[in-house]
Amino acid sequence: MKPMRALLPVFAMLLAACGGVQSSLAPAADQSKAIDHVWQVMVWACSTIYLFTLGALAWAIWRRRAIATREGVSRDPMLSRALFAWVVLVVGLLTWFVAISFLADRRLHGGTPDLEVRITAKQWWWQVEYLSPEPARQFITANELRLPRDRTARIELRSGDVIHSFWVPSLSGKEDLIPGYTNAVFITPRRDGSFRGQCAEFCGLQHAHMALDVQVTDEATFRSWVSQQLRPASSPVTASALRGAELFNTTACASCHTVRGTPAGGRVGPDLTHLASRRTLAAGALPMRRDDLSKWLDDPQHPKPGNLMPAVPLSPDDSNAIVDYLMGLK
Amino acid sequence: MSARVDLLERSWADRPGFIGWVTTVDHKRVARRYIATALVFFVLAGVLALVMRTQLGMSENRLIGPDQYNQMFSMHGSAMMFLFAVPIMEAVAVYVVPLMVGTRNISFPRLNAFSYWIYLFGGVMIFIAFVLDIGPEAGWTGYVPLSSSDFSPGKRTDFWAQMITFTEVAALCVAVEIVATVMTMRAPGMTLSRIPLFVWSMLVTSFMVIFAMPAVMLASSFLITDRLVGTQFYNAAEGGDPLLWQHLFWFFGHPEVYIIFMPALGMISSIVETFSRRPIFAYTPMVMALVATGFLAFGLWVHHMFATGLPPMGNSFYTAASMMIAVPSGLQIFCWIATIATGRPRFAVPMLFVMGFFALFVLGGLTGVMLASVPLDLQVHDTYFVVAHFHYVLIGGAVFPLMGALYFWFPKMTGRMLGETLGRWQFWLFFIGFNVTFFPMHLLGLMGMPRRVYTYQAGLGWDLPNLVATLGSYLMAISVLVLVFNLWRSVRRGEPAPDDPWGAPDLLWATTSPPPSYNFERMPVVTGRHPLWVNADGDPRIDLPVLDGVRDDRREVLLSTPVDAIPVCRWALPDPSIWPLWSALALTVLFVWSIFDQWGVVWGAIPAAITFTIWFWPKRSDVSLRSDE
Repeated sequence: MKPMRALLPVFAMLLAACGGVQSSLAPAADQSKAIDHVWQVMVWACSTIYLFTLGALAWAIWRRRAIATREGVSRDPMLSRALFAWVVLVVGLLTWFVAISFLADRRLHGGTPDLEVRITAKQWWWQVEYLSPEPARQFITANELRLPRDRTARIELRSGDVIHSFWVPSLSGKEDLIPGYTNAVFITPRRDGSFRGQCAEFCGLQHAHMALDVQVTDEATFRSWVSQQLRPASSPVTASALRGAELFNTTACASCHTVRGTPAGGRVGPDLTHLASRRTLAAGALPMRRDDLSKWLDDPQHPKPGNLMPAVPLSPDDSNAIVDYLMGLK
Repeated sequence: MSARVDLLERSWADRPGFIGWVTTVDHKRVARRYIATALVFFVLAGVLALVMRTQLGMSENRLIGPDQYNQMFSMHGSAMMFLFAVPIMEAVAVYVVPLMVGTRNISFPRLNAFSYWIYLFGGVMIFIAFVLDIGPEAGWTGYVPLSSSDFSPGKRTDFWAQMITFTEVAALCVAVEIVATVMTMRAPGMTLSRIPLFVWSMLVTSFMVIFAMPAVMLASSFLITDRLVGTQFYNAAEGGDPLLWQHLFWFFGHPEVYIIFMPALGMISSIVETFSRRPIFAYTPMVMALVATGFLAFGLWVHHMFATGLPPMGNSFYTAASMMIAVPSGLQIFCWIATIATGRPRFAVPMLFVMGFFALFVLGGLTGVMLASVPLDLQVHDTYFVVAHFHYVLIGGAVFPLMGALYFWFPKMTGRMLGETLGRWQFWLFFIGFNVTFFPMHLLGLMGMPRRVYTYQAGLGWDLPNLVATLGSYLMAISVLVLVFNLWRSVRRGEPAPDDPWGAPDLLWATTSPPPSYNFERMPVVTGRHPLWVNADGDPRIDLPVLDGVRDDRREVLLSTPVDAIPVCRWALPDPSIWPLWSALALTVLFVWSIFDQWGVVWGAIPAAITFTIWFWPKRSDVSLRSDE
């Protein structure tokens, strides 16, 4: 196939980029590795069948034909036997595929969890709750998921509005979050690193900007992150930040957002208690930087048109003060 | 011109001028306008795809915003599925099937005319809505709750759901006509084992339409009532279930794919047989493969829902069922290749498209096998891998054969040959453009790009493959332009076509090009599987046996038994009538009115009832009778 050959160098370049943070071709957890195994088997087996079929077609087209032979009969015993053999081969291959799929699927659903997390998807962000038998050890964050390496996490999936789909390709396959249903995925990461997840079920205007930042670390780092998250918000220190906190709690902000340890207790938008410790803003739409935060506050509809955060009219000074306050929420 | 031909001309003639144009019940005229309309919708939906590809050509592009993008991809999918793919396949069948089975018109000619008008009005309505910024926005699959009134306020989704109703009605009408035509109107001697494979494929397709469409009709009616009068079928908070939509939709939606693909299989068989100049290898297994695909198609809808958290054991059942589809498909691929290998193939343009079909459909079929595997599907489901897959099976598996069939049957439909050189250019542009567009999408999906995103961020490695895909889509657009130019030029001054330019074996070619309004001067009689061939080498037969005794002074056809095609009676088909058009208009008023107000169903039913009553009023069906002896 001509076009494919012409594209080979392009694909070689692309393959180098496949080890990305959101690629199913670079598995980093038990579950994604189990799927990758099925992929490897199928891609090789299917490529072979593909080439074989096209080879047969090429042979059929270019074979030498004896002019006088009368082959145009409908019942050729040789051909009939070949057809039978072909069907047996196809059935055999498919049986093999079904078997490896079934075995891999079982590996995705098993395991005793060391950690329970509940993710609730909303238009267009992720609410992440770390669950614990002790209420004091539970906390809520947003758009970020931290997992300890070599531990199995059970992630419970719910939806707050429409259907979304939880998908971190490097770690596991996807699972939908459906109103009225509770689903779950198991993840056992085996490699430290940053991974990116993204909503995979079309969920409206900002489906494209609904990312989840996933960090896999060793257990000690994870524990220190947990204990930092369990703390209430740090108090503002500078004068500007103090004024920002005041503004935050008296304007529209607090009616939608929670900052633990302060009067702000809204449940509509993401929890901002440790906002500044996250790596992204607005479900991955922007990096977590002072400039971007300030741009976001001034006009949330520009980087992420259609999202549910309104543009609150603020003077530049007020806006600056709120940014100072938020940047202090480590 | 003999006296009987003169008589036939008069009893089958349409009224002159515009009145004749709107009242015609000739299956050929209706089919031609059906095909032309579907091609217009194809081009419009293709233009939307070009805009979307341009938007995705680079990361964070701001050519169009999310709202426009969502409307465009919803419209692209809905129009391609409901207004192009299914209707054009049925339209081709409306033209070809009556000729292939050797009769003079389709079984219910007025219903056929009605079906076209309903289809046209539904399609025009949704495009007008789109232009007025009330186009669909929840995807062609319209998943709830995103399409519920909470998350899709306004009338956008109502227009979409009502467009489904229109196309349902149109598709069901045609399906019923084709079943009745094939089962009762076959030429004497055309037993079940002598039916051309294209007709078999259309028979199976029509049965599938009859069984699949009620599911989506139910689904979209529930959605309409949820939105219009507050029933809570899909609302989880009120005891409804959003997954109900997915089950109902895909119980239709998966067979729908085969409804598009099955006629294409028949086209391939026709083309391969004709251009290999030998009978198709293993006719009976081929028919069984078609029937098996038709049955299996209803048992695998859950593979669209593997990520919804259904029980794993149940999912595995659907894995096995989905993979089983590969058995009849593989069997057919084998038989076609065997036919080519043992025949004397000629590589005219139709055959070129068949070769393209092999290269693309086999690839799409194999990625389909991958998608049937639950674990693998959990990775690639709803990504660009799936986008690549279904374009390989739908364009490779259905549009390539359709284009081949267009070059193949165009001479019969218009009396002129389609340009061969331009055809080759068109094929290569389309083939290369297609692969450049869609092959990189496999990789994009594996690299994590979800489908239905209006933009994406830089740094994920998606920029280059997206740019390549966008450039490829322009090549495809050029190819379609070449096709349009070729059609236009050939219709105006193409080389005149002989009755049987390709040396084909079936009755379609046993009449003039284009056929007269009565199709056949005398009713043909069939004595073998290939009426126009004398032997298995495809040598042409000159003297086709015919049967006399059908009256020429009114629109009479022969009815025959379903299995052995033994003629049992003569039957007069109806004359041209304006009432299918009025009925379609009245029903359109009802459907559109009901989008805005539930009372539209009540008040709109009155004119609909009146027009239908007049249409169906019992009358002596011998109006075209010139003289009753």
